Amino acid sequence: MALRIATAGSVDDGKSTLIGRLLHDSKTVFEDQLRAVERASKRYGDGTTNLALLTDGLRAEREQGITIDVAYRYFATPQRTFVVADTPGHAQYTRNMVTGASVSDVVIVLVDVRVGPTEQTWRHLFIASLLGIRQIVLAVNKIDLVDYDDATYNAVVAQVLDHAQRLPYPVDVVAIPVSALNGDNVVDRGDNTAWYSGDSLLGHLEGVEVDQRHDQGARLPVQWIIRPHGQEFHDYRGVAGRLTGGSLAVGDEVVVLPSGERTRVSAIDRGGEAVDLALPTQSISVQLEDDVDVGRGDVLVSASAASRPVVASEFEADVCWMTDRALEPNSRWALKHTTRSTRAIVTDIVARYDVETADTLPADRLVLNDLGRVRIATMSPLVVDPYESERQCGSAILVDESSGATVGALMIRNTGA
Amino acid sequence: MNLLSDESVDVGVAELEDEAISIIREVSAECRSPVLLFSGGKDSAVLLHLAWRAFRPARIPFPVLHVDTGHNFPEVIEYRDRMAERYDVELLVARVQDSIDSGRVVEDDSPRASRNRLQSVTLLDAISEHGFTAAFGGGRRDEDKARAKERIMSFRDRFGQWDPRAQRPEPWNLLNGRIRAGEHVRAFPLSNWTELDVWRYIREQSIPLPSIYFTHRRVVVERDGMLLSVGGPVVLEAGEVPREMQVRYRTVGDASCTGAIESSASNVDDVLREVAVARITERGATRADDNFSDSAMEDRKREGYF
Repeated sequence: MALRIATAGSVDDGKSTLIGRLLHDSKTVFEDQLRAVERASKRYGDGTTNLALLTDGLRAEREQGITIDVAYRYFATPQRTFVVADTPGHAQYTRNMVTGASVSDVVIVLVDVRVGPTEQTWRHLFIASLLGIRQIVLAVNKIDLVDYDDATYNAVVAQVLDHAQRLPYPVDVVAIPVSALNGDNVVDRGDNTAWYSGDSLLGHLEGVEVDQRHDQGARLPVQWIIRPHGQEFHDYRGVAGRLTGGSLAVGDEVVVLPSGERTRVSAIDRGGEAVDLALPTQSISVQLEDDVDVGRGDVLVSASAASRPVVASEFEADVCWMTDRALEPNSRWALKHTTRSTRAIVTDIVARYDVETADTLPADRLVLNDLGRVRIATMSPLVVDPYESERQCGSAILVDESSGATVGALMIRNTGA
Repeated sequence: MNLLSDESVDVGVAELEDEAISIIREVSAECRSPVLLFSGGKDSAVLLHLAWRAFRPARIPFPVLHVDTGHNFPEVIEYRDRMAERYDVELLVARVQDSIDSGRVVEDDSPRASRNRLQSVTLLDAISEHGFTAAFGGGRRDEDKARAKERIMSFRDRFGQWDPRAQRPEPWNLLNGRIRAGEHVRAFPLSNWTELDVWRYIREQSIPLPSIYFTHRRVVVERDGMLLSVGGPVVLEAGEVPREMQVRYRTVGDASCTGAIESSASNVDDVLREVAVARITERGATRADDNFSDSAMEDRKREGYF
């Protein structure tokens, strides 16, 4: 399975250059792409080939020399396949950073060694912690510009490690001194940091282990009911969705939530072909022994699940707020959770998080790019897990009902159970 | 490195299939009236096959739409009709010629004119005429630097435009298909596939392709570093000398701007070996339309291109 990586850090810390260097030095850039970047570098007045242009693909990004939205790049080494989401550093594009990081296994946080951590560094670390991304790489960049001085590097690392202790959910930080511009410790170790004994960035990414948390028991949020026409399939009813939380086998007893009806799995299809056992993340359709009432938005849960999700219409959630309009108590939104869309009221703003101190502060509203805790009531009951134990049933989005825009990313915390 | 014998790689394609099928089912449920854009190229062939697998044993619950520039490879039209029958799916055809005849677009009559860009108008008219709220496309993020920026579910305004600076956030790939009248979404189930993944899946699933993807003899002319098929929309210019060569197509698009590559690959295994060691991207090697300028794809996408 591909390792999913997202970059984070302040603007001008060199995120896009680092990814460009990683692609270039691992020899995964195609010749025509490199020629195009060389041509563009000349046009935008860069003296040397600007590797950031490998991922800054929009015209506005190239003109301004910044990253606006996430770029996805794919590369492979003999050890591993990688998907890299190069995300923007500007505070105003935090929503795009959240998009890129939400499905990542690893977040690379860049810090300019001359500047040290900034508010964006703390914000991105805080978001990674909320998103439950355990593996953090602290890439201390531009080490060439301090003459490869280990004391300057160590001071930055100590500051970040100290801060990481205060994050709400645990992270493991691995620090690497790099020069994205010159390539030190990106793919090859180089000779300039003899005092550093760890892996290069690529070496670390090739070896890093990510925990696959699928020990909660099977959950199948129902997307679609497959009902073929024709005599041949007269009684066929396939309950289709993408499995999460654990595996599911033919013969397993399942509970339909929210209704609580019980039945057994009589057949499982994957891509229309029968299988005996389905694993987490597989797209399947299951047939059930009894004619129970089940439709889109319901969740099939293994009756023997280590922990069952809760049916709740009120819960607390952490939120990343992603729109200009402030989030205020008693505001109404559309909400999408797994495959169910409903309406929701944000009843209370419980707290705002101060990303620089990691403190929890009282608040009566959240504004663009704020992180906080809210209390939510939904029109229809939802089948929820705490986000930290099961991401699919623990995450949701808030949608502006008039514009249709996605305005909030929710991590469900306190399900009241 | 031998990618082809690595078992873990096949696991990778299976996971991409799971993701794509989940996207197809989700968009079909979220958006009441989807359509699948089918060009007859390898990516849309894979997309159609995935749609079939997503709803088996039921029929694909939406039609497929081919935007016909009139500048086609005959092999592709024959293939398109054959696939519609194979997958038992309703085929709609929107013709650029009709848009020209009705005055919606004006054809550029210069000798090197391509109808590629005119397609966007024909496509948007067809979406509006049929009331489609979502259009599945075979676009992949590894194809182009503008596509690398696009969401899985990509919002289009009333004018069919893509605004790359104001894309909807898509955390956890939770797809939001909410639109107002006249707006629609494009959905890209193959977003995370690479060219190599597409060919591996074609091999694994034995998906038929148009014959021009494999080696054949063809009279071509070299123009702007590209091998264009002579005859049809491509007219020889003064000083150009046509040659008969052993070629295949790496992408299939409008015949006026899609180049062939010199190749002896006669089957999927040969092509996989060729793609695994390629040093040039597929669009860089074969698409005059993308090489027109640094932001050619972004500009066309903003106007409503696939």
